[in-house]
Amino acid sequence: MGGFPILSAMLLVPLVAGIACFFLEAQAARLTALTATLVNLALGIVLWANYDIGGAQWQFVEQAALFAGFNYALGIDGIALMLIMLSVFLMPICILASWEAISKRVGEYMAAFLIMEVLMIGVFAAQDLFLFYIFFEAGLIPMYLIIGVWGGDNRIYASYKFFLYTLLGSVLMLIAMFWMVNEAGTSDIPTLMQYDFPAGAQTWLWLAFFASFAVKMPMWPVHTWLPDAHVQAPTAGSVILAGVLLKLGGYGFIRFSLPMFPEASAQFAWLVFALSMIAVIYTSLVALVQHDMKKLIAYSSVAHMAIVTAGLFAFNVQGLEGAMMVMLGHGLVSGALFLCVGVIYDRLHTREIDRYGGLSINMPKYALFFMLFSMASVGLPGTSNFIGEFLALAGVYKVSTLVTLVLTTGIILGAAYMLYLYRRVAFGDQKNADAAAMTDLTPREWVMLAPIAAAVLWMGVYPESFLAPMRADIAALEARMARAAPAGDSMLEIGTPRESSANAMPALEHDNAGEGAH
Amino acid sequence: MNLISSLYFSAPEIFLTISGLVLLLVAAFGGDKTARTVTILAVAALFGALVYTADLLTNPAYELGGEAWAGIYRMDGFGSFAKILIYLAAIGCLIVTPKFFTENGGYRPEYPILVLFSAVGMALMVSAVNLMTLYMGLELMSLSSYVLASFSRSDNRSVEAGLKYFVLGALASGILLYGMSLLYGFTGSTSYLGIRLALQDGLSMGATFGIVFVLAGLAFKIAAVPFHMWTPDVYEGAPTPVTAFFSTAPKVAAVAVLMRISLDTFGEQTLAWQQIVIFAALASIVVGALGAIGQTNIKRLLAYSSINNVGFILIGLAAATPAGASGMLVYLTIYVAMSLGGFVAVMMLKDAQGRQIEQISSMAGMVRENPLLAWCIFFLMLSLAGIPPLFGFYGKFVVFQAAVQADMIALAAIGIAASVIGAFYYLKVCKVIMFDDPAGEVVGDTTKSNWAVLLICSVIISPLGWILTKPLVELADRAASSLFFVI
Repeated sequence: MGGFPILSAMLLVPLVAGIACFFLEAQAARLTALTATLVNLALGIVLWANYDIGGAQWQFVEQAALFAGFNYALGIDGIALMLIMLSVFLMPICILASWEAISKRVGEYMAAFLIMEVLMIGVFAAQDLFLFYIFFEAGLIPMYLIIGVWGGDNRIYASYKFFLYTLLGSVLMLIAMFWMVNEAGTSDIPTLMQYDFPAGAQTWLWLAFFASFAVKMPMWPVHTWLPDAHVQAPTAGSVILAGVLLKLGGYGFIRFSLPMFPEASAQFAWLVFALSMIAVIYTSLVALVQHDMKKLIAYSSVAHMAIVTAGLFAFNVQGLEGAMMVMLGHGLVSGALFLCVGVIYDRLHTREIDRYGGLSINMPKYALFFMLFSMASVGLPGTSNFIGEFLALAGVYKVSTLVTLVLTTGIILGAAYMLYLYRRVAFGDQKNADAAAMTDLTPREWVMLAPIAAAVLWMGVYPESFLAPMRADIAALEARMARAAPAGDSMLEIGTPRESSANAMPALEHDNAGEGAH
Repeated sequence: MNLISSLYFSAPEIFLTISGLVLLLVAAFGGDKTARTVTILAVAALFGALVYTADLLTNPAYELGGEAWAGIYRMDGFGSFAKILIYLAAIGCLIVTPKFFTENGGYRPEYPILVLFSAVGMALMVSAVNLMTLYMGLELMSLSSYVLASFSRSDNRSVEAGLKYFVLGALASGILLYGMSLLYGFTGSTSYLGIRLALQDGLSMGATFGIVFVLAGLAFKIAAVPFHMWTPDVYEGAPTPVTAFFSTAPKVAAVAVLMRISLDTFGEQTLAWQQIVIFAALASIVVGALGAIGQTNIKRLLAYSSINNVGFILIGLAAATPAGASGMLVYLTIYVAMSLGGFVAVMMLKDAQGRQIEQISSMAGMVRENPLLAWCIFFLMLSLAGIPPLFGFYGKFVVFQAAVQADMIALAAIGIAASVIGAFYYLKVCKVIMFDDPAGEVVGDTTKSNWAVLLICSVIISPLGWILTKPLVELADRAASSLFFVI
C-alpha cells in the first residue's frame, strides 16, 4: 500500500463526516452519512484486497508517539480485518435503515452513527492496550445517545442499564491493564500477546478482563442489558449492537484473554463452558415464549454468542475458526433479522408478533428474505451460520462430549423458536387488516437486504474467502495456547487401519468360475 | 540567598500584591464605576504574573529552583506549576464575573481585588517551605474567600454561605494551627526541611498528632471526606462565579500544599499518613458519588462532584510516588478546565426574565433550544465522570496508573469501581438535557466572555485535549520531581 495510512483514513473519514453532520440539515446529513460510510466500505475493500494472506502477522501498521503514557498504534491481522469488514459492510445498511424511520434530530443521529463507526474500527485496529480501551469504552457515549434519544418508550431505563452495566464491567479491566503494562513494560498488544505473565497473576487478570468481555458478549447471567437495549434501540441501533458491538466481547477474548493468559483460560474453561451451556438452553427457552420480535432475536443472539464462547475456549483450531465464523455470520444474520423487523415495524409501528400473520401473502419478497435469514439463524447448510456452528461444535466435541450435547440441543431449540416465529409472522391467516394491507419491499429495503443475503450465502457456500485471512493467525493462537490446552474427554484413538476396506465383499469360499455349469 | 535572587524568585507575588494595593486605591478614589476597569487591570496583572511564572517553570536555568527570603519561600517547578493553574483559574473566573453581577446587581471593584489577594495568598501557600509562611498565605486566601462567598450582600443565601464558610473555615484553620504547633513543639522547627530532618529518626506520639491535625486542616480546605460538609451549602449559596472560583483556584492551592506537606515535609514518614489519605480518598469518592444522586440543584450536584473528584486526586497522593504526584498535577489541570467550564455553563442557564436557573429539572430537553450549550454540558458531565475519549478520563488514567505502579491494586480497584456510582448522576444530568421533553425554560446566553471561557474549557476536555498530554505530562513530571529530592 506504499505507506498510505489506510487505517487512519478509515478512522478519519467517518470522523470528519460525523462532525459535519452535527451542523447539517436532515437530508444533507443523510447523504453525507451515506457517502462517508460508502467511502469507508470502499476503503475496507481496498484493505481486504491488499491484505497479504500468509504474509506478516500484523499488516498496515502505523505508529505515532502522539500521547504520553501510550502510543497511537494501529495495525491489523486477519481476525481484525474480518471484523473491520463486517463493521464497514453493515454501516451503510444502517444508514439506509434509518433513512425514513428517523425524522427528528437527524444530524445528531447520523453523527452518533458515524462516530460509532470510528470507534468500532478503532477497537479492531488498535495495537496499543490503552488505545484499545479508549475506543472500547468510548462506544458507550454514542450508543447511549442512540438508545436514549431515538429509542422506544422505555428508552431511558434501557440507556442507563446499557451504560452502567458495560461501564462497571470495563473499569476493572483498566486496572488489570495498568498492572500488565507495569509488569511487561510496554503497552504494545503484539508484544503483550507473547509475554508470559506469572500463572498466579493470570488468574486475576483473566477475571478482570472476563468481567468486561462477558458483559459485552453478553454471557449469561450478565446478559440482561441486551434485550432491553435491543428492544428500545431504533432498528439501525439494534443492527449495529447485534452486528458489531456484541463482537467486541468475542474479539476481546481472542485478542487478550486467550493469548495473554493461556493458563488462566484453561483454568477457567469450565466456567465458560458452564455459562455457555446455561445460556444456550435458558435463553433459547426464553426466546421461545417472547411476544416481542426484537426481544426474541435479542435472546437468540445471547444463545449464539454462547456457542462463540464455547468454541473459543475449546483450545483448538476448529473451535477458534468456528467461533470467528459464528461471530461474522451472526453479525450478518442477526443484523438482517433486525432489519426485517424494522421493515414491518416501519409500516405498522408494533413489534408484537401476534399483530402480524400471513405476511407471505401480501409481502412475498419480504417473506423470502425473512425465510432466508431465519434459516441462516437456525444454521441451515448453505448459510453462513452452518459453517461456524459446525466448526465450533466440532472443536468443542474434541474437549467435551457433554458440552457439545447441550449446545447442540440449543441449536435444535434455536430451530424451534425461529421457525415458530416465522410461522406466526409469515404463514397462517391474515389476522389483521392493517397488517394484510402492508406493501412489499421498497427499492431502498431491497438495497439493504440483498447485499446481506448475498454475503450470507457466500459465507455459507465458500467460507474459504473468510477463513483464509484468519488461518495463520488462528494457527499462531493455537500454538500459543497449546501448552495449556486441556485434555479432551472424547479421546479419539487412532486405530490401526483395517486390512481391507469396510465395504469390501468377503471373499467367496468356493470358486464361482463354473457358474454356467449348473 | 541574597536579596536579588529572593526578589527575582518571588517577583510574581510581589507584583500582584503591589497591583492589588494600587487597584485598591483606584477603587477607593474612583468608586463603583471603576469596577470594570479594575477587573481588566486585575486580569492583566494576573496574566503578567502567569507569564513570568511560566518562564520560571520552563527555563532550564531554574530547573533546580531556589530558596528565597532566608528559607521561608521556595521557588521550584512544583510551586510554579500550581501557581500557573491558580492564575489561570483566577483569570477565567474574573472574565466571566462582571456580566453576572451587572445583571444581578452590585458589581463592585472589591471583587477583582479580593480575587487578586486571594491569588497572592494561594501563591504564597504553594511556595511556602515554612509553616508560618504557609499559614499567612492560607489565611490571606481564606479571608478573601469568606468575603467573596457573601459578596451578594442582599442575597440571604450568599450571606449564609459566607458565614458558614467563615465559621467552619476558622475551625479548620484552628485545627491546622494546632497541628502546626504540635509539630513545632515536637520537632523544634517550623521549616519543612527542619521538620523533615527531625522526623527522619522516628516519629514521636506528639508529632503523629501534629501530622494528623495538619492533614485534617488541609482536608477541610480541599473538601475531602470527612471534612466536606460545608461544600454543598457554600457552593450553592455563593454567587455562581464565586463558586466557580472556589472549586478551582483554592482547590489547586490546597491540594498543592497537601502534596508538599505530605511528600516533602512528612516524606520520611510516609506510612504515618498514607492510611489517612487512602481513607479520605475512598470516602470522598463514595460519599461524593452517593451524595450527588439525590440532588436537584445543579450547583449542589457539582459540589458533590468536586468532593468526588478530590477523592480521585488523593489516590495519586496515596501512591506517594513521583508518578502519583505528577498524576495529581495532571488531574488538577484537567479538573480546573472541567470545573470552570461546568460552573460557567451553569451561569449561562437563564430563564426568560434573565434569572439564574439552578434546578436540574428546569434544564429538561434544553438541547432543542440551546444545542451548543447543552452539548457542552453533556461533554463536561461525561468528562467529569471520566468516560473516554473525553479528556477527563486521562486524569483518572494517570492517578490510577500511579496507584497500580505503587502496588496499591486494591485501592485502585475499589476506587475505580466506585467511580461507576458517580457515572450514574452525571448520566442523570445528561439524560435530563438530552432525552427529556423540553421544559422550555432555559433561554440562551449571548455573553461573549462566558462563551469564550466555556468553549475553551470544552475544547480542552474534548478529545482534542489528548494532544496536550505530552507537554502536560512533561511539565507535571518536572514539577513533581522537585518534591522528591534527597536530603
